[in-house]
Amino acid sequence: MARVSLSSNLAPYTGGETKLVLQIANVRQLFQALGERYPDLRPQLDAELAVAIDGEVYQDALLQRIEGDSEVFLFPKIGGG
Amino acid sequence: MSTMMKYEDKEFKVVGTRPLRPDGVDKVTGRARFGADYSLPGQLIGKVLRSPHAHARIKSIDTSKALALPGVKAVVTRDDFADMPVEYAAAGELVINFHDVTRNVMAREKALYDGHPVAAVAATSEAIAREALGLIKVEYEVLPHVIDVVEAMRPGAPLLHEEQYTQGVTPRPDRPSNVAKRVEFSLGDVGEGFRQADLVIEREFNTKPVHQGYIEPQACLANTTEDGQVELWTSTQGHFVFRAQCAKLLQMDVSKIRVTPTEIGGGFGGKTTVYNEPLAIALSRKSRRPVKMVMSREDVFRATGPTSGANVRVKMGCTRDGRITAAEAELKYQAGAFAGSSVMQASMCAFTRYDLENAQVVGNDVTVNRPKVAAYRAPGAPISVFGVESVIDEMAKKIGIDPIEFRLRNAAREGTQTYYGPRLGSIGYIETLEKARAHPHYSAPLGPNQGRGVATGFWFNIGNETSAAVNVNEDGTVALALGTVDVAGGSRAAMAMMVAEELGVDCDKVRPTIGDTSTLGYNFVTAGSRGTFASGMASVLAAREAIEKMCQRVAQIREVPVGDVIWKDGQAGPANGAARQFAPMSLAEIAKVAGKTGGSIAGHAEINAQGAGPGFGTHIVDVEVDKQTGLIKILRYTVLQDVGKAIHPAYVEGQLQGGAVQGIGWALNEEYVYGDDGVLQNPGFLDYRVPVCSDVPFIDTVIVEVPNPNHPYGVRGCGEVPIIAPMAAIANAVESAIGIRLCEQPMSPPRVLKAIGEAVAGNLKD
Repeated sequence: MARVSLSSNLAPYTGGETKLVLQIANVRQLFQALGERYPDLRPQLDAELAVAIDGEVYQDALLQRIEGDSEVFLFPKIGGG
Repeated sequence: MSTMMKYEDKEFKVVGTRPLRPDGVDKVTGRARFGADYSLPGQLIGKVLRSPHAHARIKSIDTSKALALPGVKAVVTRDDFADMPVEYAAAGELVINFHDVTRNVMAREKALYDGHPVAAVAATSEAIAREALGLIKVEYEVLPHVIDVVEAMRPGAPLLHEEQYTQGVTPRPDRPSNVAKRVEFSLGDVGEGFRQADLVIEREFNTKPVHQGYIEPQACLANTTEDGQVELWTSTQGHFVFRAQCAKLLQMDVSKIRVTPTEIGGGFGGKTTVYNEPLAIALSRKSRRPVKMVMSREDVFRATGPTSGANVRVKMGCTRDGRITAAEAELKYQAGAFAGSSVMQASMCAFTRYDLENAQVVGNDVTVNRPKVAAYRAPGAPISVFGVESVIDEMAKKIGIDPIEFRLRNAAREGTQTYYGPRLGSIGYIETLEKARAHPHYSAPLGPNQGRGVATGFWFNIGNETSAAVNVNEDGTVALALGTVDVAGGSRAAMAMMVAEELGVDCDKVRPTIGDTSTLGYNFVTAGSRGTFASGMASVLAAREAIEKMCQRVAQIREVPVGDVIWKDGQAGPANGAARQFAPMSLAEIAKVAGKTGGSIAGHAEINAQGAGPGFGTHIVDVEVDKQTGLIKILRYTVLQDVGKAIHPAYVEGQLQGGAVQGIGWALNEEYVYGDDGVLQNPGFLDYRVPVCSDVPFIDTVIVEVPNPNHPYGVRGCGEVPIIAPMAAIANAVESAIGIRLCEQPMSPPRVLKAIGEAVAGNLKD
């Protein structure tokens, strides 16, 4: 089971929950699970969030694999000038 | 393909050298064609009518007299653009909302800032177009306006968007607000952290919006055919993104728009979203003529995105031995007329240079009656870091610890838990601090009224969608097609060097060009310090695919198993353990016979590059303050930055120098000045003063190379970080020089004199 942490700025959209454990195999499944659990978070999942898996940051990588014991962080996607 | 590549530590022949840039001759001889240099037979000139009001309801627009003017071929208003639902898309710094973009390119219900487009005309000459603008009758209902971020947050402030309710707060507010969004990042317990502190400092900082100040105003040329095909030439940081935005706004198929990026006279984040492009296409569609639109400098200032102005409160605590126990910040950022400032990134960057147990940052994204902000190098970070690094400096001085030593005692390193989410990977922050402390600049003597300041910066860097193609020409030269715009930093050269390194050929045998949107797969904008990182990765993969094909071809020609062929030093030869020896073939020899042995050889890559390596930098600056005039003179400046690996060191140095100079301008001179009527007072370089050569010394640079483990050449990216630290470094130097801490930008002579006067008055009172 992957240990998933949400950045504290997402707490208003999850009823305050920022840590959970999920049975997921990739980022798409992660987003799907989170969207079902927290409907208010859905609009951000598609466009605004990045994922760090075991310390490596991924953006727009729905098929990126998540291992069973991975540490996963969700936080705002980054751009730049 | 979501791609991450591992760093390969090896000796380089091309990477790390300093060849001449492939676009250099064209630029120094004037041959290079920028946006305004493109023309087509029969073209019309497009001009925009802009709102003279900061906030007004548009009751009616009558274009009949303009349309009747001889020479006017088309007029467009809000009626020519479809309303858009809320729909988000990435566009550089920030996520954009098409509901707002369509209203920004052409006002609909209301004009929301001085300069907001309300109509556009296309005519046979610029004079006729200008005359036509004067014939368009717009009936406004002028509304109260607000341009200050703190005032805009107050209850009862003039409201820009009646349907805007603050996101990110629970429960959902029951009344609309100018605060579009509230974000909060926290780690640990800041209250407990402050209780552990021996010293707590809290200060408030204010900054004004500043413009990217690119030399080339936005310029484009659109040509629409009778069957709806569009050609667009434009000065952009991302032609694929512009294509997508135009297609969405004009409800067209993406495939019907071909965008060619012109040479670009600077962007720095400001050319990541469309302004005139959809107007030019709409005018061309109506007139069936090519339409050229070139902004004036006044247009650029009044209507294109500056960065945010902001109000920042920072509170930090530390122990006597220099360990930070708590860090807290509240950021209030102007978004301009539509939601979407850089406050999110600014919040995440504020303290990330430090290994903190207790941190909290609250950010507010606030709409005001100004042009919608756009990205500007390391969007938002220089503002929050101005406050944080000023407080860090004050804490270090008050407890008597050298400012660099103070930062070293608290420095983030690999494994540091950030307060916004992930742990940091391999980074080189400490290396930049240690090199700064050892640099001769840091120990050089200072004179009267002179002071030295230090500050540091961090940026995430990014990857994203990128494509490249390597075509082996019949004479053994190589054509490299890139999809990321070279925003004048020399990235074309860097990509050519990496391909030359892979292929084992001289760099001048590889000719890089930026392909139009029909030549390659999708590419995200050149922003976020991603160009050399991501496009470099795609170029390397494309070169490796070409190498693989060349090895296959040689295996067929030499009639050996492909596994017996290896690419080394620019030729395909026998691998170790090959069943039999054979004569190697060079790239040129393979290319020469390619046509008769199966056809030409090419490699390509379409990736979503992952694994960007964060960048850190440390700046040292010496200033002299003239107490009679308030003038701050920059005496000496040194930038030390971890770039991972400098592919072309001269162009990396140019990035570090350019960022520092833009930061110096931000710190000392630049600001938007609005009148009480909400109209911009200084829309030109005469009254909006960017630094010129005589304002700055030579910017010394030290390139630190801690390789990014997720790039084949260790590249991190380098364009964002160098603009982050200057404002704070200069404020810290001024404090060292005259003992006065400046918390308001720009630190212009009138403000310095005012601060000196207030300090003198305070001392007299004491």
